[in-house]
Formats: sequence, structure tokens, C-alpha cells
Amino acid sequence: MKSIKVISIRIALFGFMSFILSNCERNLSGDVEFARFSTNPEVFIDGFSSGLQYFPFQGSKLDAFSVDTEIRYSGSSSMRFDVPNFGDPAGAFAGAIFPDNGGRDLTDYDALTFWAKASQSATINEIGFGSDFGDNKFIVTLNNMRISTAWTKYTIPIPDPSRLVAEKGLFWYAEGPEDGNGYSFWIDELKFEKLGTVAQPRPAMFNGIDESVETFIGTNISIDGLTQTFNLASGQNVTVSAAPSYFTFKSSNVDVARVNENGMVSIVGSGTAKITALLAGVRAQGSLTINSVGTFVPAPTPTRNPADVISVFSDAYTNIPVDFYNGFFAPFQTTLGGAVNIGGENVIRYTQLNFVATEFKNPTVNLSQMTHFHVDIQIQEPINPGDFISIELGDFGPNNAFGGGDDSSGRVTFTSTSLTRNTWISLDIPLAQFGLASRNNMAQIFFISDATISTLLVDNMYFYK
Amino acid sequence: MNQRNQFKLRIMNRIWLRISSACMLVALLSCSDYEQTVTTMNELVIQDEFDTNGAPNSAIWGYDIGTGTNGWGNNELQYYTDRKENVTVQNGYLIITARKESYQGSPYTSARLLTKGKFEQAYGRFEARIRLPWGQGMWPAFWMLGADIDTNPWPAAGEIDIMEFRGQEPSTVLGTVHGPGYSAGESISKSYTLKNDRFDTGFHVFGIEWTPKYVNFYVDDVLYNQITPADVPGEWVFNKPFFILINLAVGGSFVGSPNSETVFPQTMLVDYVRVYK
Repeated sequence: MKSIKVISIRIALFGFMSFILSNCERNLSGDVEFARFSTNPEVFIDGFSSGLQYFPFQGSKLDAFSVDTEIRYSGSSSMRFDVPNFGDPAGAFAGAIFPDNGGRDLTDYDALTFWAKASQSATINEIGFGSDFGDNKFIVTLNNMRISTAWTKYTIPIPDPSRLVAEKGLFWYAEGPEDGNGYSFWIDELKFEKLGTVAQPRPAMFNGIDESVETFIGTNISIDGLTQTFNLASGQNVTVSAAPSYFTFKSSNVDVARVNENGMVSIVGSGTAKITALLAGVRAQGSLTINSVGTFVPAPTPTRNPADVISVFSDAYTNIPVDFYNGFFAPFQTTLGGAVNIGGENVIRYTQLNFVATEFKNPTVNLSQMTHFHVDIQIQEPINPGDFISIELGDFGPNNAFGGGDDSSGRVTFTSTSLTRNTWISLDIPLAQFGLASRNNMAQIFFISDATISTLLVDNMYFYK
Repeated sequence: MNQRNQFKLRIMNRIWLRISSACMLVALLSCSDYEQTVTTMNELVIQDEFDTNGAPNSAIWGYDIGTGTNGWGNNELQYYTDRKENVTVQNGYLIITARKESYQGSPYTSARLLTKGKFEQAYGRFEARIRLPWGQGMWPAFWMLGADIDTNPWPAAGEIDIMEFRGQEPSTVLGTVHGPGYSAGESISKSYTLKNDRFDTGFHVFGIEWTPKYVNFYVDDVLYNQITPADVPGEWVFNKPFFILINLAVGGSFVGSPNSETVFPQTMLVDYVRVYK
């Protein structure tokens, strides 16, 4: 039976084989070929390739790039980049894009490659391609590229070459001083190549983590941590940041959540939906599970007389100047988020909460006439017995500045028994309960959960009498 | 029909069946002015095309089970089993799977098949079509041992490594002979590196043609080494029956341990094993 099957396949495929064989002898008629953008793979070999331009970033040292005919890997010249010292009046960093605004068809290639060396060992912050000072639709970034004083070949893989039919951004980089010191690096033989050894793609969203979130209709969530990882001929894995447009996103329930090609998730209904992604047909690691609790119910509108109120965050009052709603204090803070607008209401939404500060030190606030602190909070997850929320006030003391030995702070803690899920909890706390030495120079409000409670909504933060 | 044409036809026969992956090869062959005579023996002695789903054909294949002595003499890290999780035939392929799992005190499991006591032959053409795994610490091999190894311990029994591969060097394979006075670090070996391609993204044919006068090593249509009695600094022991082994080792002195970036499970896919004389 098998031999019969084989013969039939041979007959069926004979025509196709003849076609393949004949392909060696003459090219197909020009009639069947589609018009393509330039397929020139060269970016900088010994000079600017046809159409290539140089545009430095605003704020960068504008003359950081030059063509060097003394130091080069091969040929007659290389690209030289002079990273400024800290404090250089000419610019704080070196950075530029090198586009060909005519566009190139890079679908035949699988990587951008180049030879590079530096005047000292260093780590280049960002280097890649796809930046065109437009939509950067297919931007690719290799972060923290280690470079040494020896010429070394580097490979930045293309996450999905089939997308680059008309790419303008051929090369870009951004690099700051190393420990405050400037240095120089050189790049040569910069070109796109078909290596054939860029393999084993492993795309990821949210850096491969399965995330979940409770949210409302009207919320938008940006998908981040989008990466593509390949194994190279060297056996090394290389991971690049890849623009959302390389990915195809999918929502398991479009009545709950939808994703656009920029990786923005819109919550349109109540229920659950799981967002997943494909890159060139390969399922990305990581996902986002959305539990939409439906229509957003705003916090109760405050009714106190504005004359009796000093407001930090509320749509009902004129707020004092606030420096930030999330200080992103490194390295211990995990909390993300800040002020957002949900369905026309300004609220603060924190995720991955462990602690977070709102700061208002320009100027600090004199609360000597005030008696209470009010805040509305909402917790969007199951509340377990050990969960708590602490609210801490920080006063900068007579010197009116952080530190100096005169600061005072104090906190009030609400344990799980006083917390309910998915409903606004209105707290009115007498300022005396915070036990502060001074409250004439108030500057900070902390929310602390030590990661027991992850997602917290906050509204109507004000002091009153 | 001369031998060169026979070889070309044989290649073509394979390609009719594997057209999607091999049409490039045909194009190259037909364009090339130079054609190398790679193989001369074309009388099939035994073949396993792995066309029956389930456990491999027990008339041909047995198993080494466990960890051997000192990880099969190489400090290998895996425990070999004959479970379907580690060795099975599916959809026309023998699938050997290396898993990261705690099993009988070992951190990994995998499989090692051998034809010892079932099929042994002196001389001939031994070849297999294989897609290899990838990643630091993966060590697949298609190889042979002298059938008298139980009474004539290694290295005196002889070993022919038709194909060995390090997962961290995805484009390179090695062909090697070991014998008395030229084993392990002193073995006679040569590597072959693919240009603009790698061994873990598609199938490749690995073979030897072995006569009393030489062992020829080839990959696909490229003959890349010949080892003769004059090349070995000891007794030529490749003059008696050998049996075939196919295995996927994890870690060991040849390849080093897997690291945090090694992806598990890893699979070695064998499309066929054929022996000619």
C-alpha cells in the first residue's frame, strides 16, 4: 500500500518539482512580482547607505555621532559615538535614530548585525531599530547591551521579519554616562542579515507572567513586558523588547474586554476575559485575566463646606499642589499605578501595592486648624484574615524639609474585619490618632498593605475640621 | 547506472516524500556543478521508519535503564526509562523526550535505545534522519558500540559516534571513533558545522559508510570525514559486528550541565534508521 501512495504523490508533485528545478535556470517573469520597497540590507558599512539619515534625540549631545576613519573594524570608516560626561552642557546623553524615510523591505532578513567596541567596558542602555520619530510601530530594543574594548559581533534579531515590508527605522540607540563618566564606542558593518540561525522563538507578554486584575467598565489597561527571545548560532539566548504591533492579541470574551494593535485593553462589559497573544504564530508566554465587576460606582460625593476642608485629591474641592500620587520609592516599593480617570471620575488606582506615598511638599501644609483626615478606599479582591491597610501621615517638622531630625510620622491600621470588598469604605480618622509631634508641615500620605492587599482604589483625600 | 547517479536518485526518493522541507536541497543539487559521491552501499538490510504509534518495535530496540555507573561513565544527570513519557513513536517519528523531573533520585529523565542482541552488523552504511533538541546541557547521540563489549570492555570493544551534538552549539555535530589507545579525550574526531542553518530547526541525515578500509562520516549530502586504520594510534577494532544506540543525555562531562535558560522538555525526533550493506 505504501508504494502505491508514494507513486501517486510523485505524479501529483511532478509538476511542482519541475517548477522548482527550472527556477535555477531562469527567473520568473517580472509580471508576477509585486513592487517592493528597497531590500538594501546595508545601514552603514563605510558610509551612510542610500537614503540613510541621522537625527539626534532632543536633549542628547547633538554631535555625539561622527564618522571615524581612524578606528574601524573593516573598510575605510566606522560610526563613532561619544557619550558625554555627567553635567556636559552639550547634552546629558548620546542618542539618535538613523532612518531611511523611503522605507526598506526587510522581510528577507532575520537580524540586524554589527561589530562594535568601546573605549572601556560599558553597558549601552538601549540599542535597536524601528524608531522613526513616527509611530515606532515596529520598534525593537536590546536593553543593557554589554560592550568591551575588543571588536565583537552583535546580533539583534527581528521578532517577525514578515512585518517589516516598509520599515523606516534602521537603527537607533540611547546611552548615558557610565558612573558619571563619558566614553566612546564604535559600530561598523551595520546591516540586516539572513543568518538562518535565529531560532526557537519564545515571545512573552507581561514578561511571561500570568497577570490578573479586577477592574471596571471604561478602564484601559496597557499590555507591557512584550518581548521576543531567540536562540542564536552561538547558543546564547537573546531577548529584545518588541513593539505591540508585532503581536496579535486575542480576548477570550470581546463583550468584556477588547485589545487594539497597540496593546491597549479596553474594558467594555462585566464578566471575565483572558487576553493572550501570538507572535508569528507562536503563543506568547504570559496572559492577562480580567475580572470586570461592571459599571464603576464613584465614591460618595463629599458634602463638607469647602471652607472647612484642605483637599489633597477630590473632584469636589480645589486641591492643594501635589508633587505625586506615587513616589515609586526604590528599591523596596512594588506599587504601580496612580491617578487615573474612570468614566469621567478622577480616582487613584494602585496595583501590586506594598506601600506608596502621595507627597505635597511644595509647599507643605499647616493642619493646625484641622481635626480629621477623610479618605474613601475600595478593595477589589478577596479579603483574607491577615489583610490590612495602614494609613500613615508624614510631617516634615519645623525645618519644612525631609530629614533633619524633626520629622514625625504616625499610622492608623484597619484590619481585615473592618474592610469589605468591592464597595467604597469611607474613613474619617481624628488626626490625634496618628500621634504626630507636629502637623504644621504635613507633606506625605502613605498607604501600606505589605502586599496583603494588592489593588486599591483611593478617592477624596482631604483634611477637615 | 553509476554510483553517483544512484545516490542522487536515492536522495530524490527521499525528497519526494519530504518535499516541503527539502525542495531547497533539490534546487541546490540541480544547480551545483560539483556532486560528491557520498555513499556507495545501497542494499537495505534493516530499516525502522517508525510508522507504528506506541512503543518502538521490540524486535529491533531494547533499552538501557537507570543511571549506569557514574552517569554512564560521563557524569550524565538523567535517569533513563522506557516510559512513554520518555520514548514513544507518534506520527511517523521516534520521539525521545528529556524531562526535568525528580525521578529515582535523578533530576532529569530521558531514554537510550539500543539494538544490542537484536541487530548487530560489521560494515555497512548506517544512517538516521533526526531533528535534534537545543539548549545548554543537551547531548543527543546516534552511535555504535562493539557487540563484544560485555567480554571486551570499552574502549577495546570500539565505539563509532555517527553523530554527537552539544545543545549549546546548535549548528555543529561531531563524528568520532574510540578504540584502545584513542578513547575519550584522545578519540579521533571531526566536527561539521552547517552554514546559515542549525540542527534543531529541521531534519538532517547523519550517517557513516563503514568498510574494512575506512569509516566515512556524512551529514545530508556532505561527506565531511574519512577515518582509516592509518589514522588511529592503536589497534583498528572496527572489523567485527557493532550494535546501534540512540539516546538523549542531559548534562555530563562532554556538554556541561543545563542552566537556568535551558528549556524543558526537549525532544529528539528520529524519522528513520536505515542500515545498508
